[in-house]
Amino acid sequence: MIRPARMLALLLAAAPASAEDHVVSQKGQSFQPAALTIRKGDQVLFRNDDELTHNVYSRSAGAEFNVRLQEPGTTSPVRFDQPGSIEVRCAIHPKMKLRIEVQD
Amino acid sequence: MRSRFFWTIAAGLALTPAGVLAAGPWLPAGPPSQSERAELRARYARPEQVPHPDDNTPSAARENLGRTLFFDPRLSGSGIMSCGTCHNPGLSWSDGLDRGVGHGSKRLARRTPTILNAGFAEALFWDGRASSLEEQALGPISSPDEMNMPLEQLIPKLKAVPGYAPLFEAAYPGEGISAPTVAKALASFQRTVVSARAPFDRWLAGEERAISDSAKRGFALFEGKARCATCHAGWRFTDDSFHDIGVPGEDRGRGAVLEGIAVLEFAFKTPTLRDVERRAPYMHDGSEKTLAEVIELYDLGGRVRRPSLSAEIVPLELTPKEKEDLVAFMNTLTGEEPLASIPRLPR
Repeated sequence: MIRPARMLALLLAAAPASAEDHVVSQKGQSFQPAALTIRKGDQVLFRNDDELTHNVYSRSAGAEFNVRLQEPGTTSPVRFDQPGSIEVRCAIHPKMKLRIEVQD
Repeated sequence: MRSRFFWTIAAGLALTPAGVLAAGPWLPAGPPSQSERAELRARYARPEQVPHPDDNTPSAARENLGRTLFFDPRLSGSGIMSCGTCHNPGLSWSDGLDRGVGHGSKRLARRTPTILNAGFAEALFWDGRASSLEEQALGPISSPDEMNMPLEQLIPKLKAVPGYAPLFEAAYPGEGISAPTVAKALASFQRTVVSARAPFDRWLAGEERAISDSAKRGFALFEGKARCATCHAGWRFTDDSFHDIGVPGEDRGRGAVLEGIAVLEFAFKTPTLRDVERRAPYMHDGSEKTLAEVIELYDLGGRVRRPSLSAEIVPLELTPKEKEDLVAFMNTLTGEEPLASIPRLPR
């Protein structure tokens, strides 16, 4: 869990100039949008717009990550450095699914 | 988002003098308006079809094979347990026990979950470790503690039953008798196990007297003050989410499946409430014997406080009458039609 201000600082420090950020909202127990195409090196900012605690993780090969807990109102950045098709889930609410296509 | 029906009732409560509340229960002012009922129907609408994976489209032959396998005790190592031994249709597809009983009468760690509406579930098992019925189906068969039937022994055993070959061929032409076809057939059958229409559904459809006034008040509480619908949402009365709701015990539940996520410790899947009246005892371990006890647990904000306790679990301060109304509502979720026929097993 990273507060927005701290997250922005991290982004400014770490993101290469060409990489893009893509915001995915967690709202009404769904990822919005539910599918996303990004480029290798881009970041996805997972923003919990629900009043419930969420989680974001993936077990897709080469893109395993787990942001553990996201309190309402917080944003979690995740960078995707490997091309591929990645399924992102919430460990608490399994109906929440997001497909990210990472292009080379 | 709460319905206008709820708010109508909530407003009625707020405007009722305390003395009247203490003197006796109030009643909802009247049936939901046409638009309120339409909104409720949309929120509790059943999907017209059960979802299925692309490589296992439903067919009568697949469902018939799956039903046959489901009730065949030869799928167990002992030859006396079928899937239907624990998932008994006469007991709303569970067994009425606090915890399941497996091979050699071994008492299992968790209660037998109903398979009612499992075809709609996002995750299977109490801890959600399987993500499809196909993935789930072989687990209890091959588990030494449950049906104790190693798959490498099951397939020759089924092949030795002449009556099975045509059933498999009709269901999965050219695929043969194999672990994947057994799993797919069992999944196909389980997708047909959908809860029957209940008094609550008839009330939603407009039959105002299908449920009692107490049940209507209970429904308003369910969606409102008692916060049940936060997770027990939609027509199945579950969103398949995982929470530690404060049931004492050492079973880590989903915490052992997905390590490192604090709120998943002692968390179990939110079960459907369809037929819930008929599926006592309750919780993942059968530790609550009645629905009244379940409501006591929630009213306390859980019986045990741990760091993993869900933020949604807080003391509710329900009155005795409100608790009765909640039980009356849950009793309206029992299906009214017969559930299944027992297949003739091949020899």
